[in-house]
Parts: sequence; structure tokens; C-alpha cells
Amino acid sequence: MEYSPYFNPEFELLDRGQIEALQLKRLQDTVASCYLGSPFYRKRLDSVGVTPDRIKTLDDLRRIPFTTKQDLRDTYPFGIASIPLDKCVRLHSSSGTTGNPTVVLHSAKDLHEWANALARSLWMVGCRPEDVFQNTSGYGMFTGGLGFQYAAEMLGMLTVPAGAGNTLRQLKFFTDFGTTVVHAIPSYAARLYEVMCQQGIDPRRDTKLKIMAIGAEPHSEDTRRRIEEMLGVKAYNSFGMSEMCGPGVAFECKEQNGMHIWEDYYIVEIVDPETLEPVPEGEVGELVLTTLNREAMPLLRYRTRDLTRILPGKCPCGREHKRLDRMKGRSDDMIILKGVNIFPIQIETILAQYRDLASDYLITLNTVEDNDDMTVEVELSEFANVDDYAYLQNLSKDITRKLRDEILVTPKVKLLPKGTLPRAEGKAVRVKDLRKKY
Amino acid sequence: MAVQQISVFLENKSGSLVKVFRALSQAGIQLITSTLADTADYGVCRILCNQPDKAYDILSKEGFTVNKTPVLAIALDDRPGRAADAIACFAEGGLSISYLYSFLYEGKGVLIFRTSEMEKAAALIAANGLVEARL
Repeated sequence: MEYSPYFNPEFELLDRGQIEALQLKRLQDTVASCYLGSPFYRKRLDSVGVTPDRIKTLDDLRRIPFTTKQDLRDTYPFGIASIPLDKCVRLHSSSGTTGNPTVVLHSAKDLHEWANALARSLWMVGCRPEDVFQNTSGYGMFTGGLGFQYAAEMLGMLTVPAGAGNTLRQLKFFTDFGTTVVHAIPSYAARLYEVMCQQGIDPRRDTKLKIMAIGAEPHSEDTRRRIEEMLGVKAYNSFGMSEMCGPGVAFECKEQNGMHIWEDYYIVEIVDPETLEPVPEGEVGELVLTTLNREAMPLLRYRTRDLTRILPGKCPCGREHKRLDRMKGRSDDMIILKGVNIFPIQIETILAQYRDLASDYLITLNTVEDNDDMTVEVELSEFANVDDYAYLQNLSKDITRKLRDEILVTPKVKLLPKGTLPRAEGKAVRVKDLRKKY
Repeated sequence: MAVQQISVFLENKSGSLVKVFRALSQAGIQLITSTLADTADYGVCRILCNQPDKAYDILSKEGFTVNKTPVLAIALDDRPGRAADAIACFAEGGLSISYLYSFLYEGKGVLIFRTSEMEKAAALIAANGLVEARL
């Protein structure tokens, strides 16, 4: 069957001028509903003298203070919402391991819009109603579960809500149901392949897999290429966060060069995390988002803590919605070791260059004789020549040298048999900080 | 004729070797010999057994990090000096050997070695009248 390449051509094909005109209108509406509906925002906006009628241009957004995760915690559980609770139909919440959990409320319209943004994204990379979609995310509070479920259903795919884990069952579903599209976090994609190998399943021969949506963990281009090569799929980077509904905020198109952020849904700013001033276009900074299409819990200038940049230039796909580069990590994930700032993604990028290494790794920070010390444990892949000591020694030395060149600190590199590191069902744990706190 | 040797990469932790041997014994595979070398961080266990292909499949399926490597096996009379003579042939022939070990098997001495120059090794074995061991 012939389909349009666009799910929402009326929004996807807007030019910059049209996008900005729509954004201004929606921003005015959003500020008005925050001011009228949310006591938190009323107070915040009054404190800087911004009433909704003061928003005349998109630049006026910068008069509004940032909203932070701490604001969400301080107003726990329902304090930031702009509509009464009885108009809300869904609540998602973070785990709250570092304080009060953050709660996100949704109206029925919010759920519809969320599903639409993600269905649009999936359609963009070639998902069609004939496809069979299997979701390996945990359902429940993690938005990768229900978020993808609703979107895949809206698109019209047959959906298999497999949920997280139970890899043997996932593989059985692939083969029995003819799954063509999978959503998985990158570390789980590698796990699927590992178990396929153990079971003698050849993904190209024994499954119909062709498209994979990967997200929720920062990963490198090499990791994506490796997933594509292992599973015989095209893998597309998906970006979202529970504060912005969940997945569907930004998604790669078939060009696989940056994720289009849906600007009819969000206003995107990139700011220096220290000065909070905008960075020049194309430079890395903290992603700040303002929701434009949310009823229950609009957020104004929310500091996401994710570090990225806007890719300059036009995308050959024709969509003029801005493109975000791969996430460079989170400003909270940053490790400060011997005074040097290090992001786990830098280490992952180096490790992913080796065919001899599997994709799982663990960074452990320790205090040794009052000094910071880093150990990087990484699993060997089936391509490692484990019979040869000289090779194994050279491999660790080579990895150590490349890591030192990248992060300016010399880590201890420890090679492990595959399957040794603990496997996460949710986001993989990449850093363990066991340093003494002074 | 090379012999297939199984090499398993192991964490330097008690119990990791047991898992390898248990997996093999449960599949009815019999060991001929094994060596274990270790560094501070990891160990490599090299195994000769009666069914190397099956052993490789089983260990891979169990998730071990495992390789199959061709090594050469020379049978020697169990007398002083025979191993020295054999190694001397290789040294004179300029063969580079990456590792070597020996054991007794059915009354004969067996010398196992690994080289990347398999053809050269085969020629030296033939030229010096050495006998390959059948395991």
C-alpha cells in the first residue's frame, strides 16, 4: 500500500517562519494557562513581573525563570499542575532515589498528543500499520512502556507489550509473531543479540526484525552501528524524558543525523549550565525545554540536565524542526576525577571502537591512598582471541592508552568474560562511585 | 594434523573453573589434559578433550568467553632427552612457538605447542621424523 511519508504533514512540513508563528501562539496560551491554573507558576511569574500579556515575541520567553527538577520535588506531589486533579487521567513518577520522586500528570488530551508525537516519529523511520511492534521496556511508571504502546497502537501496528526482561520469551515472540519493529534500550539490544547467539538464532535468517528504536541511555554512534550490524536492523535514536511525557520529544529521521525535536510541541533552548546564558548555535550546553501542547502540567523553561547541541544546517529529509545531536551525557552524570570533568559517554565511545569488546562496561571510582582512582571493567566479545596472552595484554594496554588520551586520567582496565557484569532490566548502571566523601 | 584446543577466559574468582568442568562433564566430555595460567585479573584455561567441537558449542552456549585454537601434538617416547631433541629441531628450523606444555598420555609423552607457522611446523615434523600424537 502507498502511504504518505508523513504522519502529520501539516506540522512536520512547516517552514521556520510557520513553526515560530505557531510557537508564539502556543507559548502565549501556555503561559496564560500556567498563570491562571498553577499557583506555583502564578507566584513565579509574578515574582518577575511577567503576566501572560507581556509575551509578545518568542524572545520574551527569556524573561521567565527556569523550572528545575528541584521545583518538581518541592511541589511534590501535585503542586505544579495547571488543571485540577479530577481532570487528570494518568500519573507517571520517577523513582525518587535522590529525594522526593518527581510526578508528572497527564490529561486525556496530553496522552493523545504524546502518542501522536511518538507515532509521528515512528512513522518517520518507516513504521507502518503492517508492522508488528514489540516493546521490551518495562511497563508501569517507566514511560518507555505505555508511551510506546499508545503510539504504536495509534500508528496502527500490531503491538506486543512484552515488557522488560525474560529474554528467551522476547526471542520466542520475535520468531513466532514475526516482529518487525522493536523498542529497546541500547544495552538490552546487545543482550538480545548475546542470547540469540547462545540459542543459535540468526536475526537475519530467523527473524523479520528491520527497525529498532533505541533510547533512554546515552550511546555512541559506534554502539548504534554495532546494534545495526548485530541484529540486521536500522536503529534510530529516540529521545524523551518523563517530565516531557516520555519518549517522542525528539527522534532521528532516516538520515540518522540528529534527532528532530518536534517544535510544535516544544521550544528548545541550549544554555551554558553555569551562566544559564544561551550558547552560540551549534555549541554544547544544557537542553532547556518549554512545553507548548500540554494541559495538565505545562513546564516553562525546564532544565533537563541533558547536555547536547543543535546541529546547524538543514536536514535533507525536508523537515525544518531543529535537530539535537546525541546526548553528551547529563550534567548530573559528570564524574569529577582528580579535578577533571569526565562523562561516561566518552569512555563508552572509546570502548565501542573495539570489536573484541562487548558493549557492557562498568566504571568504578575508588579512593586509593587518598587519591581518586578509576577502574573500567569491560567484557570481551566473541571476537576476542582469548588463547593469546600477548594479545590480551596488548588489548588492555591499548584501551588504557586511548582512554587516557580521551579523559586525561589513566584508568585501570580490567577485561572480563562476557556475561560477568550485572545486567540491568532498566537503565544500565555505568558508574559506581565508592570514593570516600570528605 | 592439528589438535583442537579449547581456551576459556575466566574471571580470577573461586568457582569459575568448576563451572567450566561441570558443563563439560555433564555433556559426557572427557578431559585429556588442562592447564590454567593466571594474571592478577583473569585466567585462561586451556583444555584438550575427546570432543573439542562439542565442548566449544556447549561452552559458548553456556555463555563462556571461549576460543577454539589449533595446536600441534607430538608423541615422544617417555625417555629423558626426547623432548629436548624435538624442541631442538624446531629451534634449528627457526620456528617461533608461542607456548608449549607436555604430559603423559597412554604411556607416551605428548608435547603440545602453538605456532602461527603451521605449514613450517608440519614440514619440520616430517623432515625430522617426528610423530604426531593421536589423542
